[in-house]
Amino acid sequence: MKILTGNDLKSGDVVWWDGHGWSRDVNDAVDVGAQAEAILAREDAALRVNAGYAIEAARTAEGVRPSHIKDRIRALGPTVRLDFSLKPAETDISGWVL
Amino acid sequence: MYQYDHYDQAMVDARVEEFRGQVARRLSGELTEDQFKPLRLKNGLYLQLHAYMLRVAIPYGTLSSRQMRMLGDIADKYDRGYGHFTTRQNLQYNWIKLEQTPDILADLATVEMHAIQTSGNCIRNISSDQYAGAAADELVDPRPYAELLRQWSSFHPEFDYLPRKFKFAVIASDTDRAAMRLHDIGIQIVANKAGEIGAKFHVGGGMGRTPMIAPVIRDFVPALQMISYAEACLRVYNRYGRRDNKYKARIKILVHEIGADEYRRQVEEEFAHILPLGLEPPAAELARIKSFFADPGFETGLPETIDRSDPDFALWLDQNTVAHKQPGYAVVTISLKPAGGIPGDASADQMRLMADLAHDLSLDELRVTHTQNIVLPHVKKADLYPLWQKLDAAGLGTANLDLISDIIACPGLDYCSLANARSIPLAQKISARFADMDRQRDLGELKVKISGCINACGHHHAGHIGILGVDRKGTENYQLSFGGSEAADTSLAQITGPGFSEDGVIDALEKATEIYLAQRGDGERFLDTYRRIGMAPFKEAIYG
Amino acid sequence: MGETLLRYRDDEASTAPAVSFGAFADAGNAAAVRMEPGDDARALLPHLAQLARIDIAFPSFGDGRGYSAARILREHGYAGELRAVGDVLIDQLSHMRRCGFDAFAPDRPISADAAAKAFATWPEVYQKTVDGRAPIWALRHSETDHD
Repeated sequence: MKILTGNDLKSGDVVWWDGHGWSRDVNDAVDVGAQAEAILAREDAALRVNAGYAIEAARTAEGVRPSHIKDRIRALGPTVRLDFSLKPAETDISGWVL
Repeated sequence: MYQYDHYDQAMVDARVEEFRGQVARRLSGELTEDQFKPLRLKNGLYLQLHAYMLRVAIPYGTLSSRQMRMLGDIADKYDRGYGHFTTRQNLQYNWIKLEQTPDILADLATVEMHAIQTSGNCIRNISSDQYAGAAADELVDPRPYAELLRQWSSFHPEFDYLPRKFKFAVIASDTDRAAMRLHDIGIQIVANKAGEIGAKFHVGGGMGRTPMIAPVIRDFVPALQMISYAEACLRVYNRYGRRDNKYKARIKILVHEIGADEYRRQVEEEFAHILPLGLEPPAAELARIKSFFADPGFETGLPETIDRSDPDFALWLDQNTVAHKQPGYAVVTISLKPAGGIPGDASADQMRLMADLAHDLSLDELRVTHTQNIVLPHVKKADLYPLWQKLDAAGLGTANLDLISDIIACPGLDYCSLANARSIPLAQKISARFADMDRQRDLGELKVKISGCINACGHHHAGHIGILGVDRKGTENYQLSFGGSEAADTSLAQITGPGFSEDGVIDALEKATEIYLAQRGDGERFLDTYRRIGMAPFKEAIYG
Repeated sequence: MGETLLRYRDDEASTAPAVSFGAFADAGNAAAVRMEPGDDARALLPHLAQLARIDIAFPSFGDGRGYSAARILREHGYAGELRAVGDVLIDQLSHMRRCGFDAFAPDRPISADAAAKAFATWPEVYQKTVDGRAPIWALRHSETDHD
């Protein structure tokens, strides 16, 4: 499926389009299908997202898993500082990232 | 070290206000991201994989304890309690908020620091020798010349939109400790036969996609014509550097494509036009700057002998300190490569500790090296043991300078949106594989450099062992290469063959060290053995 | 209120149409010429006396070749109008002026007030260029150069 990601303009936080707004959790991401460009243009112009783009992802039992390793690291946080990651207490990176 | 006068301070303060206005215009939507991006890059602000990243300039790698302390405080106040020292002697913060950036720059300005031109298509931080002012083999301290170039290049109105980034390095010894020949312009301060001081210009070096060693463009430019000559070099580049292809836009491509002789001809023509225009700062200005780099009040009659009875201290002493030009002193390298650690990272507490140690024990000065370590340049031999004890207690006492675990690694795919593969975990695993310090010392000088993409911020082309991370169909893969050198015997590493998985490249690297141990001659480093026996024996062992 | 032409000269603006650089050689006594980023300013040096205006195009503000062209023309004594045309934001105005531009025709209008503020960004300057401003190194030593 196609999901949207970008950064919050003021804070720089990585965000994911959840259908209504921008969430910090990749698992809230929704399939935008052919609407990607239209949504990004509108949200960028309204300053609700910065530098947004579309990526491929798959829905799994645990949630949403971006298809490319770079996007998975972007969703998770640096693999070498798991204390900064999405869920610092419970992350098993080898399975999810690699 | 250099201290701002009111002119310098006013310029930095003006830049903060300019950027504050630009941020406000971005937040209001008056500027689009495409319009804002070049402006924020010229203030060192990137949008990276996880957040905004701010690259703070540390001019020619020199800073005071007050400045280092501020870097630690900023890490706590605005970031997540740590920073990353880079291969261009700068510092990076990884978790910056755009709306706070003007305040961060204002805080930096209170201690004569900034993030000016640390990114963007302009002249970047000017790097230098981390042992400047302390090394016995330097002709003069290169840093006054670097400071002169820094001021000349700051907010230079003609060179603010170059084809691409532009990096200078300035050294003043035949021993090249700054990878000078791998810069866009590398300058060695030299003396001519009449004993006059001047600048030897190398132009067109660099790493990245197409690594090149800079040819000499001019053997001798008199010191008081150096700025005019640099102006000529930059003007030819600004006019004729390629702008059609981002990957062919560096000056090394121009020099390579038109040839060094033609580039030199054009520079000389421009220089002949520029010299009479009176752009050169006067001798009094160079003298004024030099006065800040006079010897910092060394004591005399100090004890030379050092008590080596603590074996761990003795190992650190032998590995991490070198002779100082002044009797009774030593030059200390603080390793930011602890076993299994993240190369070049320091916590805010570690930064403040290093600041205190520099204040108390190194005449208030520190250096950042391009290999991501910190130098205390002026430590009394009598203070080395108590210094080491404090460093060791803080995890800063690893005795691995230039050993296999003293790895250069770029931030890689863990942090960088340009990367294809992670470099830090690889560095950590190599460090763990070779954790035995006796084994490391037996291997001796072995410079491992890891880049997570072709941009080569990890300087892998200049590694005795260089590793490049690539993306192979969505999986991280690593190319191994041998025989690079950043020193005066500059060479570019040669690739071994097909790439490896992360574990595979560590095994291959280990096999290479075994070949070295089996084949080495007397006094040969890994690099020397490789240069003597060639790639074939290594390739055979690795690929079978 | 945005302006489409900001001009900082005392004389009357020349209304001559700017001949393209390529056509200039054959254009006889053209009083105005337009340079694109790849054009060589030195080709105009024999003709400076006849030129009332030189337009230097900036199709993209990221292409900085026009800054060198402007400076070269001024360094050789060109005294006519030097106009920056195209993708010019207030963020480029100060450096452009320092390189010798004295008129600006931005694609997106800029208010005179915003321009005045932009020109006042830098209290002093580090480099000597063609704008006549004394560089900081000259200010530092103007009264102390006795020894």
